[in-house]
Amino acid sequence: MADSGIGASVKRKEDFRFLTGRGTYIDDINRPGQTCAYILRSPHAHADIVKIDVAKAKVAPGVITVLTGADYDKGGVPCGWQIHSKDGSPMIEPPHFPLCKDKVRHVGDQVALIVAETYALAKDAAELIDVTYKEQKPIVSTGDADKPGVAQVWAAAKNNTCYDWHIGDKAAADAAFGKAAHVTKIDLVNQRLIPNAMEPRAAIGDFDRATGDYTLYTTSQNPHVIRLLMGAFVLQIPESKLRVVAPDVGGGFGSKIFHYSEEALVTWAAGKIQRPIKWTAERSESFMTDAHGRDHVSHAELALDKDGKFLGLRVSTKANMGAYLSTFAPCVPTYLYATLLAGVYTTPAIYAEVKAVFTHTVPVDAYRGAGRPEATYLLERLVEKAARETGIDRVELRRKNFIPTNAFPYQTPVALQYDSGDYFSTLDMALKASDWAGIETRRAEAKKHGKLRGIGISTYLEACGIAPSAVVGSLGARAGLYETGSIRVHPTGSVTVFTGTHSHGQGHETTFAQLVSDGLGIPIESIEVSHGDTNKIPFGMGTYGSRSLAVGGSAIVKAMDKIVKKATRIAAHLMEASVADVEFKNGTFTVAGTDKSKTFGEVALTAYVPHNYPITELEPGLEETAFYDPLNFTYPGGCHICEVEIDPDTGVTKVVNFTAVDDVGRVINPMIVEGQVHGGVTQGIGQALLEACAYDKDSGQLLTGSYMDYTMPRADDLPNFKVATHATMCTHNPLGSKGVGEVGAIGSPPAVINAVLDALAPLGVQDISMPATPLKVWQAIQAGSGRMAAE
Amino acid sequence: MYDFGYHRPDTAADAASLLTKNGEAKVVAGGMTLIPTLKQRLAQPSDLVDLGGAADLKGIKIEGGGITIGAMTTHAEVARSGDVQKTILALAVLAGGIGDPQVRNRGTIGGSVANSDPGADYPAAVLGLGAKIRTNKREIAADNFFKGMFETALQDGEIITAIHFPKPEKAGYCKHPNPASRYAIVGVLVAKTASGVRVAVTGAGPCAFRSKELEVALGGSFSADAAKGAKIKSDGLNNDLHATAAYRAHLVSVMAARAVAAAG
Repeated sequence: MADSGIGASVKRKEDFRFLTGRGTYIDDINRPGQTCAYILRSPHAHADIVKIDVAKAKVAPGVITVLTGADYDKGGVPCGWQIHSKDGSPMIEPPHFPLCKDKVRHVGDQVALIVAETYALAKDAAELIDVTYKEQKPIVSTGDADKPGVAQVWAAAKNNTCYDWHIGDKAAADAAFGKAAHVTKIDLVNQRLIPNAMEPRAAIGDFDRATGDYTLYTTSQNPHVIRLLMGAFVLQIPESKLRVVAPDVGGGFGSKIFHYSEEALVTWAAGKIQRPIKWTAERSESFMTDAHGRDHVSHAELALDKDGKFLGLRVSTKANMGAYLSTFAPCVPTYLYATLLAGVYTTPAIYAEVKAVFTHTVPVDAYRGAGRPEATYLLERLVEKAARETGIDRVELRRKNFIPTNAFPYQTPVALQYDSGDYFSTLDMALKASDWAGIETRRAEAKKHGKLRGIGISTYLEACGIAPSAVVGSLGARAGLYETGSIRVHPTGSVTVFTGTHSHGQGHETTFAQLVSDGLGIPIESIEVSHGDTNKIPFGMGTYGSRSLAVGGSAIVKAMDKIVKKATRIAAHLMEASVADVEFKNGTFTVAGTDKSKTFGEVALTAYVPHNYPITELEPGLEETAFYDPLNFTYPGGCHICEVEIDPDTGVTKVVNFTAVDDVGRVINPMIVEGQVHGGVTQGIGQALLEACAYDKDSGQLLTGSYMDYTMPRADDLPNFKVATHATMCTHNPLGSKGVGEVGAIGSPPAVINAVLDALAPLGVQDISMPATPLKVWQAIQAGSGRMAAE
Repeated sequence: MYDFGYHRPDTAADAASLLTKNGEAKVVAGGMTLIPTLKQRLAQPSDLVDLGGAADLKGIKIEGGGITIGAMTTHAEVARSGDVQKTILALAVLAGGIGDPQVRNRGTIGGSVANSDPGADYPAAVLGLGAKIRTNKREIAADNFFKGMFETALQDGEIITAIHFPKPEKAGYCKHPNPASRYAIVGVLVAKTASGVRVAVTGAGPCAFRSKELEVALGGSFSADAAKGAKIKSDGLNNDLHATAAYRAHLVSVMAARAVAAAG
């Protein structure tokens, strides 16, 4: 099985249908009698709804129904995580109804649902709706949202504050600063990003008049979570009457985790009109209404002793929640961010406070990395600045403060206990692969051509494999975060694997099939992986937080263990041997010391045709399910090194080399792992150099509402990546895998910005914010104290 | 998009008469701007007159030492034309750098010039090379053509049929693209002609314009250093998310210097 088992770069089974245009996405699904929905959205960031007149729209051609907030009689969209403030009070949790009742709170907020025979007719009818708004001044700035005198998003949230939370030991951190030989301070903005999945969000609500059952087809990373949130909290439909299907989904990056109100609207309205309703976002709606990512404003201080050992870290962050609390929004800048502030370092005292604020913008929630890129960016910019200020070599400063490889398990001062890691090896490998030592030669060569070369480093760690249910429950999660895996062995030996995770680009159909091929010794072609349908999969928490292999794969391994155990008993019976003497290897059962053997296929057939069978001891059939709840998070880490060349005349930064050496634990498919790193690093370079979501501060209008103004990374923005892995095994899951989905986006942004600052340092530039666009680089050069001396 | 009548005439003359008959009609060439505008319901023409069927609007020919390009010739056709490459290489380079392959295979020179988008590349070539814009009614000198953002000298019912570019002694084009859209934030075409140096700038202002500062500087010495030394005023230049007026002013001389260096 070496060619298709663990460690083999098997080509992705799913790619044939994707590359030949045969995937089934939501918009490819059409239900009999289907209608189309258009959502009339607010053109204002903040306004009172004085009146909505839908009379003309209701009688327009092809219109079936027009519904507004006054018609909506179900629940609000819930938040899945509760944070408590420093004073013990729960966060402010405003209601979020799918259709606005009296106020709109961001551009794109939902005002009316128009259902018609075609999408064009629904859109025509929407133009006949007359909404009278009383416009109000909005607040969109994260930094200013809690200041006096600004517009208020919710009456219940004084100073627009959702919560004011903290973690760590303030007294210990203050004491550390008291004895510091040097203190480095930094102010940083981690800018707002728009996720931009290739497939826009879409949903079909369907109602079966015969049974009263509802079906929601939706672009989701976690259909069971949507069934739970929408069924139980919004529409009050029991799980037994609600099926949620998320078929092929064209990318998510976190933005398709959350329960969006459009899902509830089409399901609710389908029940009302007793016909299916399809809604597909236009690309402009994706920009305007998909939950955005990041959006932090931070101040941080690092205390060092005279030798450069880190003594303490203090961080103060404001995080933008947008106008409403999206599903996991409150946990992103708290438990997915501040708990990561130890990074790969032995900093003994850490204190962080995080204030979450409401603004008149679309909600912000998890986006590839979710909190961990923000923590990594802050730490790695701060450490870099400390190195420059103290004159200690930036690599040596990091090495000096690394958690020693023999110190695991390592308890940080901010709650997490790291199980394994080896930051020295990933650092050394990356330094070598990037030819760190040769930079001065390359810098001098670039200078001859009028270019500025710079190199930057980031040594990072993240916590993923989300997550132990009891731990997250104690931190405010309103769900468990285990995963399920089922293995159904069919009578003739082929296998269907059912996973509660969801693949929307990750390649699960291949990776999970490799696990089973390896474990059961059967060809990968005999294994199908099924996901994305609550009627097929026992249960599932879905895919996010780089959890699918570490948690979902572990569940499959546990289910496979049960299969092998039962099959061994059947084989022992067939071979008239004691169970203890039966060995299973490479798909064959043998009895030690004899030439007896049975293939896995023979045993499977016997399980379903139990003529010669231990029927009094064992049930027929060969199908097992496991629920796996992890004991800890997993902790991938590594080193990213970026080399840039800047054209000082235009400010254009070109990434000329990028090296990523990551410890993601055991690798199942090296090709897929490398692809994940490529994608993550690309999004990280996107954040560092290209992408930024901008709202107009006076009107609250989205200024980057299309690809004309929002800069996505493209192939010609990128170099050939140098990617390698170095594994230390996760100690608490059966695979030893840690997760790879987010490492690229977490480790890379500070490496890029540190490289830009390294390149610009000779011109007196000390700071630049993301994205380092040509305009900003040029402005920084203008503001810099000196000019590069002409050779 | 809203409903509209659709016509696909065989000749420019038939297209012109269709336009005259339908007061609210619009001409569609490659559709690179009009179709997205229609899809966003930002325009509501009664009729679309599609020039794609008018064979007399297509083609590239050498004429009087210069080159004449039919209005419906795509950017890709211009970019790969041997005649264009050997007559005015800068024009082929410019066309080959517009948008992406899809845009270059659909978008047309006539559509781009008639639209006068402030970030479009072609207006720099038309103005910088002192081209003549031929319509179904007359011939318009480039210096009299671009009137403002999306505004030109074209009158109702007037259709560009071809653009004639005289051969310069030397010409070069260089642009700094908008990182998101890759339209020109600043694009500069420099041309050394028998009647003097012409420098046209696109992207920086409401529409393409000639830069007197650069024409004077390069008139003295047609060199990259002379272009870099020219001081460009930022007054009246575009100021947006991607580039301030001061940055654009700076880029005008940088792009001009690179265009001079590339001029052949």
